[in-house]
Amino acid sequence: MKITLEQVDYVSALGRLALSPDEKTKFMGQLDDILKYMDTLESVSTDNVEPMAGPVELFTPLREDLVRPSLSVDQALANAPSSDGSSFVVPKIIE
Amino acid sequence: MSHLYEKTASDLAGLLRSGKVSSVEITESVLSRIESLEPAVHSYVNVYPDLAVSMAKKADEDIRRGTAKALTGIPIAIKDNMCLEGRKTTCGSHILANFRPPFDSSVVKLIKDERMVILGSANMDEFAMGSSTETSCWGTTHNPWDIERTPGGSSGGSAAAVACGQAIVSLGSDTGGSIRLPASFCGVTGMKPTYGAVSRFGLVAYASSLDQIGPFARDIRDMSLLLNLIYKHDSLDSTSVEIGHSDFTSFLDNSVSGMTLGLPTEFFGKLTNEDVEKNLSEARRIFEKQGVNFVELSLPSLDYGIAAYYIIAPCEASSNLARYDGVKYGHRAEKFDNMIDMYCRTRAEGFGQEAKRRIMLGTYALSSGYYDAYYLKAAKIRTLITQDFKKAFESCDAILSPVAPAPAFKIGEKIDDPIQMYLTDVFTIPVNMAGLPGISCPAGFSRDGLPIGMQLISSHFQESKLVQLVSAFQRETDHHLKRPAI
Repeated sequence: MKITLEQVDYVSALGRLALSPDEKTKFMGQLDDILKYMDTLESVSTDNVEPMAGPVELFTPLREDLVRPSLSVDQALANAPSSDGSSFVVPKIIE
Repeated sequence: MSHLYEKTASDLAGLLRSGKVSSVEITESVLSRIESLEPAVHSYVNVYPDLAVSMAKKADEDIRRGTAKALTGIPIAIKDNMCLEGRKTTCGSHILANFRPPFDSSVVKLIKDERMVILGSANMDEFAMGSSTETSCWGTTHNPWDIERTPGGSSGGSAAAVACGQAIVSLGSDTGGSIRLPASFCGVTGMKPTYGAVSRFGLVAYASSLDQIGPFARDIRDMSLLLNLIYKHDSLDSTSVEIGHSDFTSFLDNSVSGMTLGLPTEFFGKLTNEDVEKNLSEARRIFEKQGVNFVELSLPSLDYGIAAYYIIAPCEASSNLARYDGVKYGHRAEKFDNMIDMYCRTRAEGFGQEAKRRIMLGTYALSSGYYDAYYLKAAKIRTLITQDFKKAFESCDAILSPVAPAPAFKIGEKIDDPIQMYLTDVFTIPVNMAGLPGISCPAGFSRDGLPIGMQLISSHFQESKLVQLVSAFQRETDHHLKRPAI
């Protein structure tokens, strides 16, 4: 299956990436090559094989529900591209 | 007398304890080495002489007081993806160019508690995505053995720094070979511990089910000392496994006679480079001389490791990197029309080509209609790879394999061909897929004088066997003692 420019547009919108026209063409070709390589997986029989999400058996570690020190507002905002001293400032999303 | 920066951590620890040198003297020796080699090698993103000297002074106080620990006063480089409170942690990316974490990662905390001396942040491929350190937004690191070649990646800065005396030891992270490959290319010893053995709290996430922090050193003794320090359960990482370990240095002098090493036919069948082949056979001969038995094995699913990895890792990456939205930290675009446009432009400006490529690949593979064909299929193949290894370890203590198909390649050689770059990790990736420990140690040199590593893999939480085997190998060889002429 060939990757089209429309698919590149669709995926870059999902991934929130504004790609330049050059990048779109480049990624179209490269994704196509990479996905062709991935097609080798089709030849492997995986009937009745359980998928593996990670190497360790996941469990929910529990701890006591204690009040502990956390970041101050100043610390939390220190890296913000835009803040007003108490909140992160973002563009208006409701008209 | 040789320079202090050339010595091992264990030798320096002895000198510190006997009062023959101070940590400040060692630190200044390493800092001057950094200064003289940075223009050629570029192992670091940021060097912190002020921080290093003040940490060294505190270490010297501890030594005088008699409260020094095994690695107190030893200078270390930290890969640029481990949070260091108040200091830039950029992950090799423009999007985090000015990020100063408000907390320390758990490994950095352990290093501070040990009173080691932090020199700075080591260069890396952007978000640890790469096998050459060329995708760092701060420019590539050069291999100290041949500055026209890459040091490997993604932890290229951590490996190069240890190789040429710009650090005594260092920390890297390994998602598909990012510790073992640069260790091999730079002629140092590096280990990816079992998944869950070292806390990932404060490690900037790339592919969370594969990422693992591990040590670099010039020999197995130093590496064991650093492994002792970081191999700890951490309640802040929910995948951290609650398992203790013996002092890894207690395995250094153990005989390996009677141990069995597996040789995977799939790996050795792929070797086309004569130098790599020659060094691996020589390694086998050295182990045989010490009474190690060899058994041929088959790991049939490993052939699909790369394809499955380059689905799973980008899928996890596309999800992990969704957090870079220009709101709470990191770069934000100056011009945009609305909220969505702000995200799109921020990410377009902040991420480099490889990060974008992997976000695209992961987003595609996870998008509606493709999940079963790609992610689910790859996750099932991951099960098959893990089962292959499990079966292999029924008949051997560890597996011997190459680290990379060839010695260090030239800078620029593979950067425009993603698949060729991805294939560099063919021997290391399956280890991450199964969450196993793997070590890379110097096994010899190519005809051009480039280091070639060998890889040993053991079953989960059997790092001590790797220490024992590599130590036996380093007793009989001097490859690890050779240093680049730079």
